[in-house]
Amino acid sequence: MQRVAITGIGIVSCLGSDLSTVEKALQEGRSGIVVDPRRIELGFRSPLTGTISDCDLSLLSRKQRKSMPDFAQWAYVAATDALKMAGLSAEEIRNPRCGLIFGCDSSCLAAVEQVDQLRRAEETHGIGSGLIFRSMTSTITMNLNTLLQTQGACWSLSSACSSGGHAVGQAAELIAGGRQDVVICGGAQEINPESMCSFDALGAFSARITDPEAACRPFDRGRDGLVPSGGAAGIVLENFDRARRRGAPILGEVLGYGFSSDGEALSVPSRTGLSRAMQMALAQAGISAPQVDYVCAHATSTPAGDFAEAVNLHRVFSDDGPWVSSLKGMVGHELWMAGAAQIVYASLMARSGFIAPNRNYAEPDPEMPPLRIARTAIDRGPRTVLCNSAGFGGTNAALVVRFRV
Amino acid sequence: MTDQEVIALINRTLCEEFELDPETMHPGVTLYDELELDSLDAVDMVVALEQAFQIRIREEERMRQIRTLGEIHAYVLEKYHALAS
Repeated sequence: MQRVAITGIGIVSCLGSDLSTVEKALQEGRSGIVVDPRRIELGFRSPLTGTISDCDLSLLSRKQRKSMPDFAQWAYVAATDALKMAGLSAEEIRNPRCGLIFGCDSSCLAAVEQVDQLRRAEETHGIGSGLIFRSMTSTITMNLNTLLQTQGACWSLSSACSSGGHAVGQAAELIAGGRQDVVICGGAQEINPESMCSFDALGAFSARITDPEAACRPFDRGRDGLVPSGGAAGIVLENFDRARRRGAPILGEVLGYGFSSDGEALSVPSRTGLSRAMQMALAQAGISAPQVDYVCAHATSTPAGDFAEAVNLHRVFSDDGPWVSSLKGMVGHELWMAGAAQIVYASLMARSGFIAPNRNYAEPDPEMPPLRIARTAIDRGPRTVLCNSAGFGGTNAALVVRFRV
Repeated sequence: MTDQEVIALINRTLCEEFELDPETMHPGVTLYDELELDSLDAVDMVVALEQAFQIRIREEERMRQIRTLGEIHAYVLEKYHALAS
């Protein structure tokens, strides 16, 4: 098996659209959650959301943007930032050994727009050329492939809120198995109300409207639901030996990827599913649970989901576990992007020597097994990190990454 | 609109839709070779011209045969005058 290095990262999130801004926000425990007035007008139960406000998309032409929804454009920004950090030129990735895998499970707004146009005009003629490419679930990778001109793997992976985690895991597997040298991977998520209305209908979003920054409270006793969010995360994974030979900056190494499914319920996670993914990732990494010094948790701030993750974490780590924080108290739930964003966030923590806090964790939930939750930032970077993500239907991804600190 | 105004609006519409340099918009310029438009752009060109002039362009075979900007000018002028009369 080949070793897999992380040589570049990029992020567009509600905390910022460049790495240094996001890194500072993570360290300070800042929130990117706001109230969206349009959601109030539309009759949402909860108008709380993350928002992207400062992403410069001018590097794409109007023609290029025509086939790209906003989240694919954010993915391009994140991917190009990651490639720049990795020091890979356009020429170096234009070959069959370089590929793309992104997590994405919908492109809702474009699908709505095309049907709106059809119903309004009662003919397809005026729909134009862009919407077909914007509305497909594979829109990120199909567009990035034409822009970056990689010639290897090119597909998007759909597994609800673990899409980004599985995308990074599968990218690592392709490199570990010797089938690709470089895979630009990640996840992206749209934020518009159209894509969130049916989720809002489940009553799964926090109703703590008067205090948006305190709304998302992973693992806290007073948690009352998640806050939807989005953006894009891009990661360059690369054959370790190749990266070392060319003198690339090696941020860390993907040691293990575990996957599992619950085989139980649509929306209630099981007590064992995620722990099986974690154990698989640890086994592939060749390490035992006590060697993990930080868990970047999935916990979204829902009563059932956070409880299930705590039970699963306790199955793996018992009472003496590592530091745990869910970053969703700051960034909200980035859905399809979440599992990939965690790798970027953890890389930033390792680079700057801190563990980001689990914002809004005020009071332990007496029903939960005990966890060592970082209430404030820890002044020591994580070395061996486990990142969890879990999605509707009970699909779980776990990644073990070792950073160079 | 005079013919010159129609031509100016066609050029402006296409420049905006496809981010073209107005300096290149002379009648002899070829759409697909020199302006580097493709078959997807042709779909959007029809939609943009229909919206700009409130006309309907449904002769797809004729559109497919058009190669130069001057031919677009002539075709839209023909449609525009037919609508005006």
